[in-house]
Amino acid sequence: MKTLYDKLWNDHIVHSESDDPNGMVILYIDRHLVHEVTSPQAFESLKLAGRKPWRTDSILAVADHNVPTTDRSKGIRDPVSRLQIETLDQNCEEFAITEFKMNDERQGIVHVIGPEQGATLPGMTVVCGDSHTSTHGAFGCLAFGIGTSEVEHVLATQCLVARKSKTMLVRVEGDLPPGITAKDIALAVIGEIGTAGGTGYAIEFAGSAIRSLSMEGRMTLCNMAIEAGARAGMVGVDEVTISYIKGRPFAPQGDLWDRAVARWRTLISDEGAIFDRMVELKATDIKPQVTWGTSPEMVASVDGYVPDPAEISDPTKRNDIEHALQYMGLKPKMPIQEISLDKIFIGSCTNSRIEDLRAAADVIKGKQIAPNIKLALVVPGSGLVKSMAEKEGLDKVFLSAGFEWREPGCSMCLAMNDDRLLPGERCASTSNRNFEGRQGPGGRTHLVSPAMAAAAAIAGHFVDIRSFSVK
Amino acid sequence: MKKFRKFKGIVAPLDRANVDTDAIIPKQFLKSIKRSGFGQNLFDEWRYLDYGEPGKDMSLRRLNPDFILNQPRYQGAGILVTRDNFGCGSSREHAPWALQDYGFDVIIAPGFADIFYNNCFKIGLLPIILDTSVIDRLIGDALAINGYRLEVDLDAQTVTALSGEVYRFDVDPFRRHCLLNGLDEIGLTLQHADKIRKFEANRRNDQPWLFLQQGRGGL
Ligand code: SF4
Repeated sequence: MKTLYDKLWNDHIVHSESDDPNGMVILYIDRHLVHEVTSPQAFESLKLAGRKPWRTDSILAVADHNVPTTDRSKGIRDPVSRLQIETLDQNCEEFAITEFKMNDERQGIVHVIGPEQGATLPGMTVVCGDSHTSTHGAFGCLAFGIGTSEVEHVLATQCLVARKSKTMLVRVEGDLPPGITAKDIALAVIGEIGTAGGTGYAIEFAGSAIRSLSMEGRMTLCNMAIEAGARAGMVGVDEVTISYIKGRPFAPQGDLWDRAVARWRTLISDEGAIFDRMVELKATDIKPQVTWGTSPEMVASVDGYVPDPAEISDPTKRNDIEHALQYMGLKPKMPIQEISLDKIFIGSCTNSRIEDLRAAADVIKGKQIAPNIKLALVVPGSGLVKSMAEKEGLDKVFLSAGFEWREPGCSMCLAMNDDRLLPGERCASTSNRNFEGRQGPGGRTHLVSPAMAAAAAIAGHFVDIRSFSVK
Repeated sequence: MKKFRKFKGIVAPLDRANVDTDAIIPKQFLKSIKRSGFGQNLFDEWRYLDYGEPGKDMSLRRLNPDFILNQPRYQGAGILVTRDNFGCGSSREHAPWALQDYGFDVIIAPGFADIFYNNCFKIGLLPIILDTSVIDRLIGDALAINGYRLEVDLDAQTVTALSGEVYRFDVDPFRRHCLLNGLDEIGLTLQHADKIRKFEANRRNDQPWLFLQQGRGGL
């Protein structure tokens, strides 16, 4: 009896460095996603060593972190960002690597476009020089982030030297209450186990609440596995997975499709498989989540309060909370719903897919953003998500409510381009990290679901989406 | 990669848990296409009072006197002792590059984020995991004793304090071997090139859909 992770791991072992079953192995990599920030040094060292990419058809490249989200016809203003993107273009040209360039409609955030293109398939090992590669695990594949030296390693050898993780099963049973999304599950899990809770583990998400999620929701969940410390998150294959993939550009067709599907159906944990750790949550207990601090584990329910450090006995924890409250400009015991906001960001590889945009648009339809909101941004995850949303008229909904409708990219998730918070500004964000300075130096980030961010834009402060009127 | 065997250095304490990679090296410095020069921007937002950007004249920047690494007694530190979950967040290898470029050869903590931990070994920066009780002690001593040093022996897998206490640490034998000998991991993997090719051929035969490339007829 094997877990899904065991199956995926075993299926990719080229060579074991020792007799220890948990020792280092050489692991074969099926799909290598590449972006502009973590790849230039890898290509440079590869070339310096006189090496070439092992299998260029395993690579899909895209620029996402640095691209402007405003009018792109004038190119990139910042010369440093421009050089990084030009370097990616040159490397892809030199080695004939498939790249979606900045003005290609298929361009977008690397973790959005991989699945969208069918370049992420069940049973694969998927790597990228980016920690949120865990997203792709939603497809029953083993997907994890790597550093630049490893990017070079995969380029040169199509393999990685890796060590098996422990396994954790996060089971969420029951029906999700209305208004509760995959983002809330993810934050609730992190609140439960902490940001280091998954360190050393690969997490599999299971249970009826997970089965009921769309692929978009499963991607949101696996995306946040890294925020729980787990390098990989995954969900077993079912009908939802298979029907999402069908007909996508990189997906198999005809006979090959049938053969592939038969194989993919085996990509689930066997009944009775043993995990190193089990965590159980009841879906009906999960409320809309809002982070109040500078780590995703610093999270509360929307009907809750900012904690009081004086009530915490562990000195390191107390110190951390004091630090966080000071940075965030919040008072102990303040109700979450009294936190008022300056900016709203709907986007990032966590929540910028069509379903996320629909959920946000539903909330704001016919309403206006509150006067205290200085900027509300919607940044679709890819050019294709953007055009689909425009066909559905979502752009009009956002624009008439006072939102800005932008070009795809990472944008204010990490503020490498011009989209950022000013010092002291407070943002409701659908992204994944509320670290100090993440969205701009001195900026204050509260992580929430798209519907919660949209409702906060209308109210000007956090509100409980469960009682917020959606017409 | 340079060989790592023994190291002796001044200890700087960073008494915070969950120090993330955005804190270690803020994203504006990730626009560089080089591997070096990140040390001056290590912990940039904590270390300086003004906002740092690539290309800014470092001699004009204002140091934050309250930040621990700015205290004169920790200048030249080669060992950082810190709290749990160090290096959480992104996969940016720029974080270990910045720590190494600044002058650290060893980071000691009760735990590290997985990707960060892995990245350190690739560049010859040694992450050492010790018990929280030991870390409490080391941080306390580094705060109390001027010029407090530790000696790290990778071969023997020990950290030795000046007072004579010896703390043993665990490290994966393969990683230890690579560090001790300064081996090129890519070269090592390529010694198995035939095995990789064979594995790949079987895979292509068995699961050809994994090799499809849109518009390129990858089959
Ligand atoms: S959207 Fe944010 S988290 Fe996702 S890849 Fe881009 S920068 Fe990283």
